[in-house]
Amino acid sequence: MNTVVASDLVSTFPFPFPQDTYRYSTNVERAAAAVETSAGQWGEGVVHIDSEYARELAERQAVLARDPSRLQVLPHMRPAAWDAMLTIMRELAFAHPEQMTLGREGEAFVWTNRLLGIEERFTYGDDATLPAEPLKFIGAQVQEDIALLDQREGQLYVDAGLVTFAADWSFGFDVGMSFLEIHGPVPRVHQAGVIARAQKFLMRLQADEPYRRTNWSLTVGRRLDVSTETYPEWGPDRTRILTVDDDAFGAEVHLRVEVQHLVRLPESGSVMFLIRTYLLPLEAIAEVEPWRARLRAVLAELPEDMADYKGFIGYRDRAVQWLSDRVLDKD
Amino acid sequence: MTTLQLEVTAISDASAQVRTLTLARPNRSWLPSFTPGSHLVLECGPSVNAYSLIGDSQMPVSYTVSVLRLPTGRGGSSWLHERRPGDFVTARPPRSMFPPMQNARRHLLIAGGIGVTPILSHLRAAARWGHQAEVLYSHRPGVGAHLEELRELAPGSLRCFTRRGEFLTALQESLGRQPMGTHLYCCGPEAFMDAVCRGAEELGWPEGRIHTERFGSDALDPGAPFEVVLRDSQRTVTVAPGRSMLEALEETGIPVPNLCRQGFCGECRIPVTAGTPLHRDHYLEDQEKAANDSLMCCVSRAQTDVLEVPL
Repeated sequence: MNTVVASDLVSTFPFPFPQDTYRYSTNVERAAAAVETSAGQWGEGVVHIDSEYARELAERQAVLARDPSRLQVLPHMRPAAWDAMLTIMRELAFAHPEQMTLGREGEAFVWTNRLLGIEERFTYGDDATLPAEPLKFIGAQVQEDIALLDQREGQLYVDAGLVTFAADWSFGFDVGMSFLEIHGPVPRVHQAGVIARAQKFLMRLQADEPYRRTNWSLTVGRRLDVSTETYPEWGPDRTRILTVDDDAFGAEVHLRVEVQHLVRLPESGSVMFLIRTYLLPLEAIAEVEPWRARLRAVLAELPEDMADYKGFIGYRDRAVQWLSDRVLDKD
Repeated sequence: MTTLQLEVTAISDASAQVRTLTLARPNRSWLPSFTPGSHLVLECGPSVNAYSLIGDSQMPVSYTVSVLRLPTGRGGSSWLHERRPGDFVTARPPRSMFPPMQNARRHLLIAGGIGVTPILSHLRAAARWGHQAEVLYSHRPGVGAHLEELRELAPGSLRCFTRRGEFLTALQESLGRQPMGTHLYCCGPEAFMDAVCRGAEELGWPEGRIHTERFGSDALDPGAPFEVVLRDSQRTVTVAPGRSMLEALEETGIPVPNLCRQGFCGECRIPVTAGTPLHRDHYLEDQEKAANDSLMCCVSRAQTDVLEVPL
């Protein structure tokens, strides 16, 4: 094995498969409850900081500097952006009380993030009291992507967000669209009523009851920004990966898991998606036998249209073969 | 279910029959933020009532509700009127059923009587975010609650009425003058809200732009008695007029998950295996109501003499 993966990235990896087959479903559950895995556990908090914190925040700033369209707040979403910032601050302070605190001095809030040496005093709702607009300010302090959905006329609309680590979609293209429109291209889910049911569920979310779900794919390279905008940079990897040797294949192909937290913002009434992306190379997956066996089974059984939509139809068979071979290696 | 034990920290009289209670945690720490227009469900002695939150909505250290004393009700409002500073009240977390629309170009807020309470909360939000708002407030002479706060929050855009005719004339004029994209919010007695909605619809307001807070001071019709056959426990309970099926089940020792007890939250839905429900909730979709195979037992009753449920 060539690559060294920090141990916390394995022990807190949200391995997403409860069984040997995978289909889309309205797979939501109450948040903030730990899930045991074969290598550790994940999911105690709504936000999660790990050893990639500094690197991923730097990556987000770099993406944003190259392409400012990754941050958009439609004018009516200003209250939601403030609400999101304060909600995330409270979650951070709750999860990391040693490093993060949110206090109040009279009418002003005081936010401290000791990991980044930040201390800011601000007045809620007054943009001039923050060094950057609220979503940008807090987006520079969490590894999660943020999408804010306005609820109106019986639907949800993605009207604000800071999304730098999109998995094969474009936030700039989707902003302003309805939840149903955004999920238009996903195969199978519409006939099954999954998206309509998910929207209905989201519209009834209550502020004190965050939920979560996972989503997954495969990505070539430890690359967070696989957005539509940068397709020319990463698209060719999907065919190039077929030409590399087995060691390189196991090091380069990553299981990509999103933990999405679904939070009703208490004051604006908007719905917040926090999308945290985890990447673990197949070679690290193979070190945990139940994960290796389960991922092999899921990939082998996955219907063509789903593997195609998820973007790895070209190297799915190779991944299955690679995972199968690892058992023989150990004998 | 999570509940909050709140201490009464201040009492004042907003008008002759309306008492304002300020509630806080014993240690005065932050309470959950809430969406303007939200209500708090309070366990108040003989009943469980919902009251609109009227104070600051962002991480407040206290909640404020204004309670109209209803001598003919189940006694909850009188019980609350009897609370003194230092007394405790059990509350369920705020629930949002009447939120301001974020993309509204303008907010037209119309209050009748004690229905002013969620309107006050909306107005506070509009002031914070610099949204355009206009308020029409109809109340009986001498008993307008929260007039001073309304004047402070809406200088120049508040009009109060104590005569029905004058209110209706002003309503008509206001409804006809709003720019496209205005949202209308109305809270007050049922007949009052019906008149406002009718006026708006006649002037071509789209349904999606009209919002009403349907549970205010009006109690639902007590309804006719009916019997509930509990199929699994092989018992029958009678639901008397003025009592809810939920209450009847609870008294029989059959717990049913519930939250708002007003037909909004969806928690107390139970299947129906025989008989036809009389749906009075605001939760079930039309097609779900038409299926008649479940009901919200906190408010709904029966069209038939008997309902059978698998409990």
